[in-house]
Amino acid sequence: MREQPPLIEADRLSVDVPGRGLPFLRRAPLSILAEVSLTVRPGEIVCLIGESGSGKTTFGRALLGLVRPSSGRIEVDGVPLPDFSARSFRALRRQAALLFQDPVSSFNPRQRIGAMMAEPRAIAGVGSTRLADIVALAGQVGLSERFLARFPHALSGGQARRAAVARALSVTPRLIVADEPTAGLDVSVQGGVLNLFLDIREQHDTAFLLITHNLSVVRHIADRIVILYLGRVVESGRADDVLRAPRHPYTRALLDSEPVPDPTRRRAEPPVIGEVPSIARRPAGCEFHTRCPRAQPRCRSEAPVLADEAGGRQVACHFPLPGAVSIPAPGRRMAKS
Amino acid sequence: MKPPSLEPPSAEPPLPAPVLDMRHVSVSYGAHVPAVLGVDLTIRPREIVGIIGESGSGKSTLAHSVLGLLPKTARMSGTRFNLAGTDILKADRTALAALRGPAAAMIFQNPMTAFSPIHTLGRQLTDLLWRDRDPSGAQKRARIVAALAEVGIPDPVGRLDAFPFQLSGGMLQRVAIAAALLMQPALLIADEPTTALDVTMEAQILHLMRSLRERAGVSILIISHHLGVIAEICDRVAVMYAGRIVEEGTVEAIFRAPRHPYTQALFACEPALVPTGMRRLPVIAGEVPRPGASLCDFASRCAVKAARCVEQAPPWTRSGEFPGHHVRCHGSALSGSPPSGRTP
Repeated sequence: MREQPPLIEADRLSVDVPGRGLPFLRRAPLSILAEVSLTVRPGEIVCLIGESGSGKTTFGRALLGLVRPSSGRIEVDGVPLPDFSARSFRALRRQAALLFQDPVSSFNPRQRIGAMMAEPRAIAGVGSTRLADIVALAGQVGLSERFLARFPHALSGGQARRAAVARALSVTPRLIVADEPTAGLDVSVQGGVLNLFLDIREQHDTAFLLITHNLSVVRHIADRIVILYLGRVVESGRADDVLRAPRHPYTRALLDSEPVPDPTRRRAEPPVIGEVPSIARRPAGCEFHTRCPRAQPRCRSEAPVLADEAGGRQVACHFPLPGAVSIPAPGRRMAKS
Repeated sequence: MKPPSLEPPSAEPPLPAPVLDMRHVSVSYGAHVPAVLGVDLTIRPREIVGIIGESGSGKSTLAHSVLGLLPKTARMSGTRFNLAGTDILKADRTALAALRGPAAAMIFQNPMTAFSPIHTLGRQLTDLLWRDRDPSGAQKRARIVAALAEVGIPDPVGRLDAFPFQLSGGMLQRVAIAAALLMQPALLIADEPTTALDVTMEAQILHLMRSLRERAGVSILIISHHLGVIAEICDRVAVMYAGRIVEEGTVEAIFRAPRHPYTQALFACEPALVPTGMRRLPVIAGEVPRPGASLCDFASRCAVKAARCVEQAPPWTRSGEFPGHHVRCHGSALSGSPPSGRTP
């Protein structure tokens, strides 16, 4: 892996929202994102994984300033953002684009696709909005010229996703933050969207932060993986390492929950029961202990710290799984050393 | 722990009367937009049948037709369409309404929109029992609490006063299943029941559905485009493409020896089956065409297309060593290779 200086670095980024209660009383803030640090290098694909409520979407939005971070630091090319003002983030967003989870609802229903793709260029004052150049832009994502005159409702799910990517690409960002880019797509087309990401990376050295819960997709595209639980990083590391031998029991549970397309490998019991606790009532100690099959008394009282391990790996667990033992993952994996 | 048996529990002859029996059923929207074309589908008691296919293949139209939930412009025809002994094609609105619940109940993809946001769950579940005129309110309440407990809702009594927004998606999907089971249906139809849920909750809901078949004896028709979900709980699988069932067989037959080029292509695209380290993920180029536009609807995207595919309609032929495995393709018997990326 290339060891380049980070393109973007979030350092202990937190997002708090006001807690419940009457507005004139002091309300304890609710922490949706607690000191999440993450770096993305040029041309790297980092996947942020977690269940709903884990704060993964909030992180993507906070990184680009759509949600105002409460504390922490963001550096672009080693230069810290002076503050979290709208102006600072506007400068950051010149270099980064966000793909929203539902592309159609992120379009103006009365604006034609071609105009929508040209709009960021007009606003930013970079690039050309001439028809020939917009046609070329659409061509990059595999949409032909005839789509430019269409309205969003006349696109299929896969086409809408491509149009959203074209809009993101229009100002040649160095980072694309994509929130659930394959949600709601048929398997027959979701590969096409991921291939497109790989092509864009190859051509422009664009970095990606993919926010997803689809682990079978992550397996094919991620360079690095960061796993969030209740707004905290519980494990991170190179994708191969984490998927092959997860250290945190939560990562193991996520991997085991993915149904395997093989009827002879059905599970007798669900790998993990219950659901993510409310952030208003975070469990004491390790926050995963309420669902963890390996929980010990210590886990209930003492919160584990996110510890650095060899190979750029991090895990927050008192009793991590042995990293070396590997249980065959779903599907047939090619031997890779 | 022993993995659950793949055999449907009622495999021995004589076969009981089917819960759902469809022969050559077609549905079209208006006169000119066909959605489902000549579908044959049988579901026996306690059987879990899955339908897979891309969006636009007619899966949801098929499911909605069973409950009479199609829009008014829809037209249904067929030689037989029996649900729990009642002929759906001849049933009027009142008869259809009486079937919903006792004969078949449905759970939807998004549990957040399946409930009224402004009424408590207890009120909504009680309303479902309006037909039971005799039991008292307390008896109804007891039945509801029992049903909620059955699907694994913690503190079911307390949940009666909760509004839908106070529950998570996974919990609401459980309540939706409880609501369906209150009617003691012969058939439970689940249209993408886990698509909106996290994987950890998906595993729990699938486990719940499988255990309900054992405990409540209900048959299940599940629609999904997720091959892992289908493999996890189905006894039999039908593959739909452009309104037609192009392949049908036991779950082993479909997953071990898929014969139709479309089924094979679907398996080839499944990310969990694609070997890691491949530079590009496979796709099926093109889109699902309008049903009935050509003799074989898949010909336009098929990798093994031959001249006769556009001259003759493909026959529905028995295939392979698995009993009851059928496929609608000219070349299937010859090209029956397992999909790439899989080992026998």
